Amino acid sequence: MILGEGTEGALITELVFWVIALSTVVSAIAVVQIRDLFRASLFLIVTLLGVAGLFILLRAEFLAGVQLMVYVGAISVLIIFAILMTRDLEEGSTSHSFRIPVALVSLILMGVSIYAISNTEWNIIGSETLNPDQMNQAAHVFTNGIPTLAKLLLRDFVLAFEVVSVLLLAAVLGSLALVRGR
Amino acid sequence: MNHFPGFVDFYTFYELSLKIFQYFGFGDNAQWMSYLTAGVIISFIVINVMILSTAFYTWFERRVLGRFQVRRGPNRNGPFGIFQPFADVLKLIMKEDTIPSEADRPVFTLAPIALVAPTLLIMTVIPMGENSFLGSLNIGILFIVGVTSVNSIAIFMAGWGSRNKYAILGSMRGAAMLISYEIPMALGITSVLLMSGSLAMTQIANSQDIWFIVVMPLGFFVFMAAATAEISRTPFDQIEAESELGSGYNTEFSGIKFAILFLAEFMAPIVTAAVVATLFLGGTKGFDPIPGQIWFALKMFVVIFVLLWFRATWPRLRVDQIMGFAWKGLFGLGIFNIFIVAIEIMIFKTEDGTIGTSNMLIMSGINWIIAIVTLLGLMRIYGHKKLERPTPVPSPLANMGLEVD
Repeated sequence: MILGEGTEGALITELVFWVIALSTVVSAIAVVQIRDLFRASLFLIVTLLGVAGLFILLRAEFLAGVQLMVYVGAISVLIIFAILMTRDLEEGSTSHSFRIPVALVSLILMGVSIYAISNTEWNIIGSETLNPDQMNQAAHVFTNGIPTLAKLLLRDFVLAFEVVSVLLLAAVLGSLALVRGR
Repeated sequence: MNHFPGFVDFYTFYELSLKIFQYFGFGDNAQWMSYLTAGVIISFIVINVMILSTAFYTWFERRVLGRFQVRRGPNRNGPFGIFQPFADVLKLIMKEDTIPSEADRPVFTLAPIALVAPTLLIMTVIPMGENSFLGSLNIGILFIVGVTSVNSIAIFMAGWGSRNKYAILGSMRGAAMLISYEIPMALGITSVLLMSGSLAMTQIANSQDIWFIVVMPLGFFVFMAAATAEISRTPFDQIEAESELGSGYNTEFSGIKFAILFLAEFMAPIVTAAVVATLFLGGTKGFDPIPGQIWFALKMFVVIFVLLWFRATWPRLRVDQIMGFAWKGLFGLGIFNIFIVAIEIMIFKTEDGTIGTSNMLIMSGINWIIAIVTLLGLMRIYGHKKLERPTPVPSPLANMGLEVD
């Protein structure tokens, strides 16, 4: 029983997608538009939750779980801690002279990414184009996604994985060294 | 093990309502309509069962606490005072629902809901029968860890929204504590995952031919201590230290909002007990004449009683002691436990990737010895220094009266 497997079930998937996507986009706009910094950070959390929901719709449950744990659970709390230390918390940042250039750049960025997404040849697996053997293979990947991911991360790409963790460690040590003073 | 036939999960209701909708000739629309119906029914069941069991749990907790403190506990409403929670809830609903004039109104109002929702969500993935309410979720335990971490944000919302210095202090302490204890909790869970080889809760429960509490006592200790801190009950209740902070993050709440905050707080031990029963006590496993659901309830009851026992007998830890316990004690123990378990799995693994029952027994023997030696050693290192009393220095004012004479 897979959500959206047949043609009729796809309707509910679409409904859920639009609800999640709309709330994600609206709260993302709210993050940058709301003056109160604390509320803006709460809207950021809603955005991150929405992204986790999109991951689930894409059948990437592991990524959704990690998104919940790392971004919603840890990073947003750090952001809130940092915000509580700022002055003039309810005023937010004052307006600056870069408003129009920033808006232009982000519009261009949005256009480029929409163009790139719509013009990429996505390798979509459709149920009608696959023979049963390939179907079984796809089902195996979906049900055993986490062991496959672990094998890729910790065997095939272990060097990149370790380099990233060393980089993060260096960042932590560097910030400690900066904060420590004389 | 046997189960009561036909445990209610999402798909039972889905198929039932699919049949009904198709019978009434909805055709193409039947599928998404039955998805919605099944979702609503399952949510209704989970919410109401949890609220009712929390009500009875508060009664149970107060009675048992009364016994521990050599008094009676609530005993007036109904037989043994069992209707006390209903009287409490009625009283709370009828109270005035006040909001401080300086409060951040939407944040203040949403905080209780944000606190109670994750707790309810956890309950949907716990396999209480052959399946959990949502069928078997692929990432069950990861979902639980992720959803638990939303708690700290809800506590922040409650503290910040009410614009009260005690509330903010309580929620700052709470967030620091919850984040710290999430790490040992995850480490304890990781050792379970190493043994079971799956993230799905049903598979974790099924892989326990011998309960994991027997196989790895150190992991159980780490997880249980961290989980007790995560639900912030008495040895770790820095969030609402009554003697220091008024009532912590819920100081400004009253009426139905206070009721919902307390619902979340008292629901947490039940959910924790369910998670512990699944991860370490073999889930629905037991011997045969008694069905699996009853076994699960019994295990949950035992864990709940142990949590109550903690609450009744241990005094509250200081803030620095709590953080030290997480980072110096549990963190190291958790990593040590993962190393031991991983090495043992490397040694005892058979060709088909499973560990036989006899090998599990050998593992548990080794692990018990290691656990006892480590814990005793740590107690010697950390415990004695703390317990030594400083030699009393007489106060300069002590002999004041004598000098005057």
